[in-house]
Amino acid sequence: MNKTVNPNDLKPADDVGPLYAARKKVYPQSVSGTFRRIKWTLMAICLGVYYLLPFVRWNRGLGAPSQAVLIDLPNSRFYFFFIELWPQEVYYFTGLLIVAAVALFLMNSIGGRIWCGYLCPQTVWTDLFYAVERLIEGDRRERMKKDASTDPMKLERISEIVLKHSIWLMIAWWTGGAWVLYFNDAPTLVKELVTFQAPMIAYIWIGILTTTTYLLAGYMREQVCTYMCPWPRIQAALTDEWALNVTYRYDRGEKRTSVKKAAELRALGQQVGDCVDCYQCVAVCPTGIDIRNGPQMECIQCGLCIDACDNVMTKIGRPKRLIGYDNDINIHRRQEGKAPIYRIVRARTIVYSAIIAAVGGFMVYTLATRSLLDVNVLHDRNPVAVKLSDGSIRNAYTVRLLNKSGYDRAIAIDVEGPVNPKMHVVGVDSVTPDRPIIVIPRDSTSELRLLVTAPAENNPEKSIPVRFHVMDIGLGVAASATDNFVAP
Amino acid sequence: MTDHSSDIDSVSGKSTTGHEWDGIKELNTPLPRWWVICFYLTIVWSIGYWIVYPAWPLISSNTTGMFGYSSRADVAVELANLEKIRGDKMAALGAASLADIEKDPALLALARAKGKTVFGDNCAPCHGSGAAGAKGYPNLNDDDWLWGGTLDQIMQTIQFGARSGHAKTHEGQMLAFGKDGVLKGDEIVTVANYVRSLSGLSTRNGFDGAKGQKIFAENCAACHGDAGKGNPEMGAPNLTDKIWLYGSDEASLIETISQGRAGVMPAWEGRLDPATIKAMAVYVHSLGGGK
Repeated sequence: MNKTVNPNDLKPADDVGPLYAARKKVYPQSVSGTFRRIKWTLMAICLGVYYLLPFVRWNRGLGAPSQAVLIDLPNSRFYFFFIELWPQEVYYFTGLLIVAAVALFLMNSIGGRIWCGYLCPQTVWTDLFYAVERLIEGDRRERMKKDASTDPMKLERISEIVLKHSIWLMIAWWTGGAWVLYFNDAPTLVKELVTFQAPMIAYIWIGILTTTTYLLAGYMREQVCTYMCPWPRIQAALTDEWALNVTYRYDRGEKRTSVKKAAELRALGQQVGDCVDCYQCVAVCPTGIDIRNGPQMECIQCGLCIDACDNVMTKIGRPKRLIGYDNDINIHRRQEGKAPIYRIVRARTIVYSAIIAAVGGFMVYTLATRSLLDVNVLHDRNPVAVKLSDGSIRNAYTVRLLNKSGYDRAIAIDVEGPVNPKMHVVGVDSVTPDRPIIVIPRDSTSELRLLVTAPAENNPEKSIPVRFHVMDIGLGVAASATDNFVAP
Repeated sequence: MTDHSSDIDSVSGKSTTGHEWDGIKELNTPLPRWWVICFYLTIVWSIGYWIVYPAWPLISSNTTGMFGYSSRADVAVELANLEKIRGDKMAALGAASLADIEKDPALLALARAKGKTVFGDNCAPCHGSGAAGAKGYPNLNDDDWLWGGTLDQIMQTIQFGARSGHAKTHEGQMLAFGKDGVLKGDEIVTVANYVRSLSGLSTRNGFDGAKGQKIFAENCAACHGDAGKGNPEMGAPNLTDKIWLYGSDEASLIETISQGRAGVMPAWEGRLDPATIKAMAVYVHSLGGGK
């Protein structure tokens, strides 16, 4: 295929090439079939979830937000149905990101760029914008003709353009609008937004997301995937020979010829390829590439070329899936007359699944067993220990009690370490001096200054470990923290 | 200019950048046009930035930009706003009594936060950032107080100081019994050992307790009390406890008795506003030794 060219025969000098290239506009043609139906369905689900989720309610009791999914930035809380997370529990998000990344790897090792082709917001919104464009301006050929036309624009054409951009902007505006609803009580914010009572920051964010949606889905489109997104590069490095990718089965397709000629040659008993060079796969491609050139970085593997080719194959009476999810191994096996083999379960997919199961399982376990009462203790650093006039030694601690539950708690504090310690919480006159009891309001933290004194006769010689036990005296829920009791 | 005439990749027919590594040449893949345009726009933007904002250093100043923007002025405005917000709360603090401040969690938190900051600015040089004190500078965390450890007493000490020269200052000092010739050398040694015995510390061989007690009663008891328990009215420390401002070894005690002691605590009235002094008193009281 590659033949050597004598450099002297090549055109010289001005063929250095441009420093930059203009975008070649893509005009994807409409197509119907299995993968198009899958894409419509997934688009409906993804957009439906995104736009409607903020309106789903969840009862958390009086005084707590009733929105199922809410990122409450002012109060530093994240609500997801029955889960409420505090900022210090951000590791759940880390876990979520690990699971998401490995799930992406798993998808990639099973079916190539499933994420890119079906689920990525860039794909979903671009697909939606193309649908609007097609509805208003017509299919591929009409749009190409209209764009190429040099005639002065008529009112009809102008109104088409205005209508298209208006609908695009409306979708983009709704996208930004839905975004801000995740950060505030949705029904209240909608009311405020329409009466122009909402905070400026809400309008600013809607503006930002309207702009990005409009630009990315209306103009940048496949260029986001080609130039901006790191995933095509990463996935190219992660894929292996068993991964199924949208593939042109050149073993079946080559040599390309016309329908008529193919029929004639077949009649003579000759080997002919099924590809009739109809360019339908190119016409429907949202990234404007030719899948028959083999795996390409630009290909988002949306499967629309499979639909396009299947339709043609059906028409000319040849078997479907000249383009399909496949890999080079099977192409070679078929060329050698062997049956194709598919290895979904292999070391790579098992390891990825195991990581997902392990991280996911660990997250669910810790989430299910996490305590809604917690205590952190920080020893005073300056001074670490104070000698009192009777010779006893006092250490001071900053104790932070966390009550993550939806009700107030009465907490008793016990200390274990020094013999017969005396305890005092600054600012609290407890009725039980040896066991201070503090009330922590629902869903909040309390920071206390706790003084622990070891009587002179029990002075520790050196630093000894000390353990603080806190217990909800009503429910018996307990938590503890360790630190040191330091002798001067 | 490099001659690119032969830099055409023989396989793809595309031009190359002319860069070669081990026989592999890099194809010239052009950037998208919009990318290049954005790049130039950022340069144009930066020129605008130079004009609108302070940008260029001059010899003794810098260009001020079109609107005279200054981040320092921004900070000043923010600080002024902060003071305004704090003003109301500090007023509430100024109006409340010391005891009430300690009972109100919000006021207590404010007083402790404010007190801690002001302590760091004004008191830490002598008392240490954690108020742990040093030789001659009392530890404010413990329960031993020269001038009394109640809220009101602490506040009074902060306000007027000790031997500060203020009209209402605490007066009273440890006299220089040796220097002034009131006590002779062996008497000083004896009374020093007697003082050590008061808090259960060891005494030197041949120490005459009765003689020590007599010297103490004649010279020291006026301020420190018959039993040596001290007197906050005079700033006379309790000599029977385990806390020693200038040290409890014999040499230190002899030095104290011979030379006298008169540490100075400045008066803060007039230098800090009343609400701040209140916050300080509450803060010091809350350190753990307050009575």
